[in-house]
Amino acid sequence: MSLILRTDLTRRAASGVMTMLTALCTFVAIGILLIILSYIAMRGIGALNLRFLVDTPRPVGEGGGIGNAIVGSAVLLLLSCVVGIPLGIATGVYLSEYGGGMFAGVVRFLVDTLTGIPSIVTGVFVYALFVLRMKHFSAMAGGIALALIMIPIVARTTEEMIKLVPHSLREGALALGAPQWRVTLGVIIPAAASGIATGAMLAIARVSGETAPLLFTAFGSRFFPRNLNEPIASLTVQIYNYAISPYDEWHAQAWAATLVLMTLILSINILVRFLTRQKF
Amino acid sequence: MSTPTQLITPKFELTGRATPAQRETKIAVAGLNFYYGRAQALHEITVSIPERMVMAFIGPSGCGKTTFLRTLNRMNDVIPGTRVEGKVLIDNLDVYAPGADVVELRRRVGMVFQKSNPFPKSIFDNVAYGLRINRLTSGKSELADRVEEALTDAALWSEVKDRLKSSALGLSGGQQQRLCIARALAIRPEVILMDEPASALDPIATSKIEELIFDLKRQYTIVIVTHNMQQAARVSDFTAFFLLGKLIEVNATEKMFTAPDEKLTEDYITGRFG
Repeated sequence: MSLILRTDLTRRAASGVMTMLTALCTFVAIGILLIILSYIAMRGIGALNLRFLVDTPRPVGEGGGIGNAIVGSAVLLLLSCVVGIPLGIATGVYLSEYGGGMFAGVVRFLVDTLTGIPSIVTGVFVYALFVLRMKHFSAMAGGIALALIMIPIVARTTEEMIKLVPHSLREGALALGAPQWRVTLGVIIPAAASGIATGAMLAIARVSGETAPLLFTAFGSRFFPRNLNEPIASLTVQIYNYAISPYDEWHAQAWAATLVLMTLILSINILVRFLTRQKF
Repeated sequence: MSTPTQLITPKFELTGRATPAQRETKIAVAGLNFYYGRAQALHEITVSIPERMVMAFIGPSGCGKTTFLRTLNRMNDVIPGTRVEGKVLIDNLDVYAPGADVVELRRRVGMVFQKSNPFPKSIFDNVAYGLRINRLTSGKSELADRVEEALTDAALWSEVKDRLKSSALGLSGGQQQRLCIARALAIRPEVILMDEPASALDPIATSKIEELIFDLKRQYTIVIVTHNMQQAARVSDFTAFFLLGKLIEVNATEKMFTAPDEKLTEDYITGRFG
């Protein structure tokens, strides 16, 4: 009897210790994130006001804001989504639905490689391919650079999410006389939609924080954008420029801009979650 | 064994419990071999399935019942590395002929799977799916009528008529399976293949499905795979016994369960193996 009781106690103790350990690790991970967020909020809130959100940058001592950078970032993100998300989803669908052969294996390998390419290399690539030929920086080039970063992320998550759709759904649709493409479009993709949206979200979150590829492509600007053929401002490049400047005022503005960027990413996340929540 | 495939049989008046010769052959299978890669799963299957009757496939697990069922609407096509030899004729048309229209075949030969597989859509959209993709209806009211008809035929209408717009995944297991039957009925197939349609259901839901099969055979040719021999005895007119990929015996169900021709069948039915 006592023996049984003792092993039971050991097991409970081990279980308790493991639960504590995992809780501790979670707490550390979340805690660091919370510290970063609250520190940015603390430093950024001071320079934040309505004027800062709508004004264009001004020389040191005259205030100024990040209105053009907010608009610029939105334009760049929109451009990259328009190019990157459809291409990424299409690639992912191809890999999962038709990806049995040699060619698909090569595509999958290349997509994986593309995921690992440093973003500054992507920037230089777009610089060489577009900016040099057009002879000027442009919003278009920036959007393309960001899209190139998005494609592999969206493609692989799409592929994985589609693979998670039960095979029985596919057979059910085929058995009703649906051709392959209608099964994919009408049953498989809707069933994987929330997962695909999560992949797109990850990609958006990733590129909205990118600075390096924009330095060579979108370049930055002190004015509101008028068309896609001009250099365009972005929050990240503006934060970078202000952060490496020697002026305290610009440092404070960089913190505030960081806070704005973070809030925007968070809102996009929540919005997409809301829009793609499982209805069925 | 059954008589060799009779492709053209005269039509007789239908009275009483019919025998195969009294109904036209709906599905005729001759010399069918099936391979998963190198492994041969079916050996020289030859059988005739009469129209508007229920034929049950029985046999131990892994004997090829489901594989055979899935050759009838070419569902095995989606499994890589499989190969078919021999003929499957439905209304005298070879479904494996080069250029045969698989989509049209599956429209005419519906299927209900072992595990209910409703789409993650509304109840209405599940039933309407086949009608929509095959453009079988013109206009919304006709679509709604056909959906109601299919749900009524599947004995589900009264339970779901007030919640057609809600998710099919919110239904109980038995309701989901009847929804899948309704989905198959909606496109008015000629043959319905059922792969152990009641294996995951409780006795009440099972008896509902069995009653349904009994009603449906007035209009449809039904082929059902089952592990449950009482079920085969209750719902079917003919029974086919499979063992190790071979078709051992096909007979009228009553005869099969009282005085089978083959020793192996008797051993299986009386529980001596399997």
